[in-house]
Amino acid sequence: MTTENVYTICGMCTVRCPMVAEVENSNIRFLRGNPNASGMKTSLCARGVAGKALINDNERIRHPMIRDGQRGEGKWRKVSWEEALDYTAEKLQKVVDQYGPRGVALSDRGGPFRDFHRAFLRGLGSPNYVNHDSSCARNVQHAAKSVSGAGRKEVAYDYRNAKHVILQMRNVFEAIGVQEVNDLTDAMNEGCRLTVIDIRANVSATKADRFFMVRPGTDYAFNLAVINELLTKDLYNKDFARKYIQDLEALKSFVKDYTPQWAEKETGVPAAQISSFVHQLAKDAPAVLWHPGWMMARYDTTFYLCRSIYIINALLGSYGAKGGLPFVNKPKDAGYSGLKKFMDLFEKPKEKRADGVGWRYTHFDEGPGLAHLLYEAMETGDPYPVKSYIAFRHDPLMAYPEPDRLRQIFDNLDLLVSVTFTWCDTAWYADVVLPLSPYLERDSVLAAKNAIQPYFFMRRRAVEPRFDTKACWEIFSGLARRLGINELAYDKIEDVWNFQLQGTGVSIEDFNETGMVKLTEGPVYKDRDNLKFGTKSGKFEIISQKLEDLGMPSLKPYESAQSPPEGSFRLTFGRCAQHTQGHTVNNPVLGELVPENVLWIHTDAAEKLHIENNETVNVSNNGYTEQIKAKVTDFIHPEAVFVLHGFGHKLPVESRAYGKGLADNKFMPGALKKWDPVGGAVALQENFVKVSKVK
Amino acid sequence: MSKYYLFQDQKRCIGCMACVAACKSRQALPRGPFPSLVVAVGPRRVGNLPRTAYTFMPCFHCENPWCVAACPTGAMRPRTEDGIVTVDPDLCVGCKTCISACPWGAPQWNPETGKAVKCDYCYERVEAGLEPACVTVCPTKCLYFGTPDEIPEVRRERYARARAQDL
Repeated sequence: MTTENVYTICGMCTVRCPMVAEVENSNIRFLRGNPNASGMKTSLCARGVAGKALINDNERIRHPMIRDGQRGEGKWRKVSWEEALDYTAEKLQKVVDQYGPRGVALSDRGGPFRDFHRAFLRGLGSPNYVNHDSSCARNVQHAAKSVSGAGRKEVAYDYRNAKHVILQMRNVFEAIGVQEVNDLTDAMNEGCRLTVIDIRANVSATKADRFFMVRPGTDYAFNLAVINELLTKDLYNKDFARKYIQDLEALKSFVKDYTPQWAEKETGVPAAQISSFVHQLAKDAPAVLWHPGWMMARYDTTFYLCRSIYIINALLGSYGAKGGLPFVNKPKDAGYSGLKKFMDLFEKPKEKRADGVGWRYTHFDEGPGLAHLLYEAMETGDPYPVKSYIAFRHDPLMAYPEPDRLRQIFDNLDLLVSVTFTWCDTAWYADVVLPLSPYLERDSVLAAKNAIQPYFFMRRRAVEPRFDTKACWEIFSGLARRLGINELAYDKIEDVWNFQLQGTGVSIEDFNETGMVKLTEGPVYKDRDNLKFGTKSGKFEIISQKLEDLGMPSLKPYESAQSPPEGSFRLTFGRCAQHTQGHTVNNPVLGELVPENVLWIHTDAAEKLHIENNETVNVSNNGYTEQIKAKVTDFIHPEAVFVLHGFGHKLPVESRAYGKGLADNKFMPGALKKWDPVGGAVALQENFVKVSKVK
Repeated sequence: MSKYYLFQDQKRCIGCMACVAACKSRQALPRGPFPSLVVAVGPRRVGNLPRTAYTFMPCFHCENPWCVAACPTGAMRPRTEDGIVTVDPDLCVGCKTCISACPWGAPQWNPETGKAVKCDYCYERVEAGLEPACVTVCPTKCLYFGTPDEIPEVRRERYARARAQDL
């Protein structure tokens, strides 16, 4: 029996690790990492491994469906792809005729494979593309732009060469990117220090050399004290500062009162520990990687926290440095033209965006906009009606707060389409479900990775679809053809790939051997003596004129974080290594490894409430109550409780996930309107819940 | 004893269960049995730091396996060529004696077949020159598979490096 190695890209989470599928007789025999990619070795995380279970799962969506009963009632009519696409295209056309193309919106979860469906939306003439990022890394992105003039992905995170890695609201050992984990463990084995700053001891903290358990909401105070200590003790990199940092004096005077002693009162971390930590950072600089964060949709001022992280990296000279945050190379830096874009086939719609980004809010990136403000526009009709919405691999009813309110907003839509490979709340509420083939069963558009060693990469299907599902390019080709967007009407993936490869000098066959085409011989670090920043001054800017012009401070004075009222706790949530939020909870393998979430609560708080470890307790907010098992521990801050996100499924089609654990996003009244006005992201950890014994 | 040895470097392990998922996936097992498992104990306070012990528990493939002695049908036996302890599903009658006999809980119950199932070091992969599934996918490379004379010197080296930093 021959085994074929198919080089492809994992799709179990948004990291998208390069992988190999070993295929025998059209069946997946084994999945492993693609060792040709730096830091992958043959590794995969549990979720990646469970891709096989996803393929074999009979509880996934097997065929296109059109809703029969009321929205959310769960009455479906099985239809052919012809009928599903005809129906969707007709409804879209009706909205376009009545409200204009701007009446159509589409959201996804970001990533490298977006070009085709974004081109579809642009071809239709709508500016209303959003991604999930306003519930994720928007604050990081906008913070990066405000200091460096470029987005967060302009720099890489060089774990492998770091001497000290700092994780703050970033949990590398649970929100796993395989390359990061391999690189960090290798670096730590050679003496790299790990510092974790968090409100609880997550898995990363159990591996750390230093762990600071800060009071929830006070990370910014901690970081201001770090900046103060670096500056007042002359521990910063003066050469780097002289050459590249603009307005250092303003920073010095701003942080002058934010001493470690001051921060001790806010954060609970002893001043002496902050000070010795900063001295260690100075010794390890510039090979210091203070991660600017992933899921930073936390507090309503997290933008300034992200900014402070970038400032610390700059003060240490680690911004742009090997072992810190070196600048990435793009294809053109390596002498290649980038992949040709389908988006460029169409003019950018002149219409202003429904979410207000670019005109009402000029300080935000227009690219992926802000989804929560799109939903607001759907509700109010301001600035204009948005009447159809395609949620592509995106489940806003799980990812955003206030799902019931969102459902009411979606009731204003004439058409709600879910393109998805698993069941999810949004699919259940949709009018049409267009089932996407899981990643092991689909080809994707080619993508480029900007990195220290940049490359093009290919997701190729390992096996034929088991059920009546399609790849994204097939689905949007089908819709494009019906709506007269003929530029996107394709029948073969090879034609899609060949379009993208025009002018690159690379051919499809070049991907056969390893699934990727590396664009440089090895890692290429940019010359630190000649760094160029994308800002107006060409330097790393402490004062952002753009923000100042809008009346927003570049350096925001710290405001003390609110402590919960007596008997209440700040509700926090996060990830584990076995799940990707809600969409893996029903996976047969992963659901068995971690079947439900539990409520972390501090030992002293539990004692006061007479709650024992493993006891089922009530969690309530604003009259809404759910039950969950308590995990009583010393390793969470007494002001907070914590749950894994993505549980509490209530769909009868998901037998394994049904009724297990608690859904945190139902405990956030008013949170759709609670967002960081400078960073743009929703503030998901500004909610307080009561915990009580079940009587 | 099997001529092979599977070593876990606990310091590198993050308890992510990729090994466990790969094991179940390779053997196509239903809900229930875990021929290998990472047992996490913690976090506990060690010095000033939170520490969790992540202990990998496959089968040890003993020199004198109690499960083999206990098996009444001869289903459980070490392979003559390499000592890997396997259970032959054609001979297993589902009596569960091996499960009772093993002090470490290595043999597991497969409710679908009504038979015992266990870690077999993925001998088919090993015969093909590959590593067991768990070792192959481990995201921190904390698992090493080889013969006992090849056990990596990671602990000694780590200790020596730490000492060198203090000098």
